[in-house]
Amino acid sequence: MPPIVAIKDLCKTYASGHQALKNINLDIKRGEIIALLGPNGAGKTTLISTICGIVSPTSGTVTVDGHDTVRHYRKTRSLIGLVPQELTLGAFEKVENTLAFSRGLFGKKPDPAHIEKLLKQLSLWDKKDSALMMLSGGMKRRVLIGKALSHSPKVLFLDEPTAGVDVELRKDMWKLVSDLRESGVTIILTTHYIEEAEEIADRVGVINNGELLLVEDKNALMQKLGSKQLSIELREAISSIPESLNTYELQLSDNGTQLIYSYDVKSERTGITALLQAVNKAGLQLKDLHTSQSSLEEIFVNLVNDRQTPPDPSKETHPMKDAL
Amino acid sequence: MNWQAISVIYKSEMLRTRNTLLQSIASPVISTCLYFVVFGSAIGSRIQTVGGVDGQGGVSYGVFIVPGLMMLSLLTQSISNASFGIYFPKFTGTIYEILSAPISFFEVIIGYVGAAATKSIIIGTIILITASFFVDLSIAHPLWMLAFFILTCVTFSLFGFIIGMWADSFEKLQLIPLLVITPLVFLGGSFYTIDMLPPLWQKISLLNPVLYLISGFRWSFFELSDVNHGTSLIMVLAFLFICLGIVWWMFKSGYKLRQ
Ligand SMILES: Nc1ncnc2c1ncn2[C@@H]1O[C@H](COP(=O)(O)OP(=O)(O)OP(=O)(O)O)[C@@H](O)[C@H]1O
Ligand SMILES: [Mg+2]
Repeated sequence: MPPIVAIKDLCKTYASGHQALKNINLDIKRGEIIALLGPNGAGKTTLISTICGIVSPTSGTVTVDGHDTVRHYRKTRSLIGLVPQELTLGAFEKVENTLAFSRGLFGKKPDPAHIEKLLKQLSLWDKKDSALMMLSGGMKRRVLIGKALSHSPKVLFLDEPTAGVDVELRKDMWKLVSDLRESGVTIILTTHYIEEAEEIADRVGVINNGELLLVEDKNALMQKLGSKQLSIELREAISSIPESLNTYELQLSDNGTQLIYSYDVKSERTGITALLQAVNKAGLQLKDLHTSQSSLEEIFVNLVNDRQTPPDPSKETHPMKDAL
Repeated sequence: MNWQAISVIYKSEMLRTRNTLLQSIASPVISTCLYFVVFGSAIGSRIQTVGGVDGQGGVSYGVFIVPGLMMLSLLTQSISNASFGIYFPKFTGTIYEILSAPISFFEVIIGYVGAAATKSIIIGTIILITASFFVDLSIAHPLWMLAFFILTCVTFSLFGFIIGMWADSFEKLQLIPLLVITPLVFLGGSFYTIDMLPPLWQKISLLNPVLYLISGFRWSFFELSDVNHGTSLIMVLAFLFICLGIVWWMFKSGYKLRQ
C-alpha cells in the first residue's frame, strides 16, 4: 500500500534565513504511530506545519494520500487533524461551539452527536458551556484534541501532546491514541521524551538541527540506544578512581563523591554485582545508588557524532587497553 | 467552495458581536444622540436651512447631518470590526486553524468581511432609526441610498481586513483609523457642504475620497450634493476595486500569514 504521507526532499528556509528543514525524506505508513524525537529547535514543529499548510515549503514535496499538499490543499487538509504545540485557543467562545466551528472549517456538516461523543471521550462534556479562558491548561489541551478530531481526520498530528499534562491525563491520552489507531487513523506525534516514544510509537524518527537522522522501528532503536547508567554515591570523596576498578570504565564526578557506570540493559550480564563487590573491596563506602536511562541529549550526541565523524579506528580510545 | 467554512466563520464573528452587544450597538446609538443634541439642536438651531435658495426649500441642519453621521459610523465601525476580526486570531495564534483548514483565502475574506459588513449595516440601520426620532426623514432615492449604504459597508470592511492583515501590533491596528479615516470623514463634509468653505479649501476637499461618498449618500436622501452622484458611485466602486486588488495580491503572496 502506498504511504499515507510521503515527504520528498523537503527543505524549509525561513524568511530570517534560518534553514529549519534540510532535505527531509520520510514515508509514513498507513495506520502507524510514528514519534518524531528531537531537542528544542530541531525542526519538528516546522515539519508538521509544512505538511499541514501553515508553513510553505521552500522546496520539495509532500503528498497526503497521494495528493500534493500545495496543489490539492483542499483534499489533503481535509484528511488532516492538527493539535498544535501551543495552547492557542480563543477566550470567550464556548467549548462545544469551538469544536463545532472547527468541524465546519474543515467543510463538514454540523453533527452535534459526534461533538457530544468527542466531548464525553475527552471528559469535557460537563464543560461544554464553559468559556475557553476558564479552562485549565490540561483541559485546553483536550479541547485542542477535540477540535482536531471534530472532522474525523484520517491523519492526526500531535505536536508535543503531553507537555504540561499530568500522569492521569497522559494515560487517558495514550488510550485515546491507541483507540484512534484501532479505528485506522495514522498518528504522528512529536516529543522530547524517549520514554514516551517507547510507550506508544511503532516507529521513531530522530530529528536534530533540521535533519532526519534516522527512522527506525521502535524496538530496534530501543535496543540500540538502551544504555543505562548506575550512579554510585560515596560517603567520602575520592580524588581518583582506584586502579582495581579500571576495567569498569567508570567516570568520577567533579566533586569526587559519585562514580558513574554505564551498561547495556539488554545484555545478559550487566556486571553490576561484580562492580559493587569490587567497589567494596577497594575500601569505598556506599551512600546511595541510583540508575538512569541515557538521556535524549546523550543519544543525540551519539547519533550526531556517528553521522559527522565516520569511525576512525586510529582515534578510538580503549580505556581497557590503556589499563592493561 | 467550502460553504460550511464560510458559514462558521461568519457565524462565529456575528456571535462575537452578540457577546459584546452593548458595546457594538449602544455606542453608535449614544454617539448619534450626542451629535444630535450638540450639532442638531444646540448649533443647528442657529443655522438656517442648508441647500435652499434664498431661505426657501432645503433641509434643516438636523436632517442635513444624518447621512454624514451614518457615514462616520459606517466607516469607523466597518474598519474596526473587520480589522479586529482578522487581527485577533493572528494575535492569539488561533489563525493556525484557518491556515490548516481546506479553505481558500477568498473564503476567509467572505466570512470575515461579510460579517463585518453585516454588522455595519445593522449599526447604520440603528442610527437611521435613532435619527428618525429626532427629525423627519425622507429618502428621495431609496435604491441609490441602499447601493451607497451597502457598498460603503463592504468596501470599508474589506479595507479594515487589509489593515488587520497588515497590522502586527495593536498600535498599528488603531493607526490608520485614527490618523487617516477620522480626519477624512470630518473634513469630507459630514457636517457641512463644501460651498460653505473658502474656495481654496473647496478645491482641496475635492481630493478627499470620503467627500464623494458622503456627497453621494446625501444626494440619495435629499438630492443635495457637492459632486455628481454618478461620480460618487464611480469613486466608491474604484475604492472597492483597489481593495480587492490589494487583497488579491495578499492572497497570491501569502502576505504575512504563511511563513
Ligand atoms: N517563524 C519562524 N521564523 C524564523 N525561524 C523560525 C520560525 N519558526 C521556527 N524557527 C526556527 O526554526 C527552528 C526549528 O523550529 P521548530 O519550532 O520547528 O523546532 P521544534 O523541533 O518544534 O522545537 P521545540 O521542541 O522547541 O518545539 C528553530 O531554530 C527556530 O528558531
Ligand atoms: Mg515544536
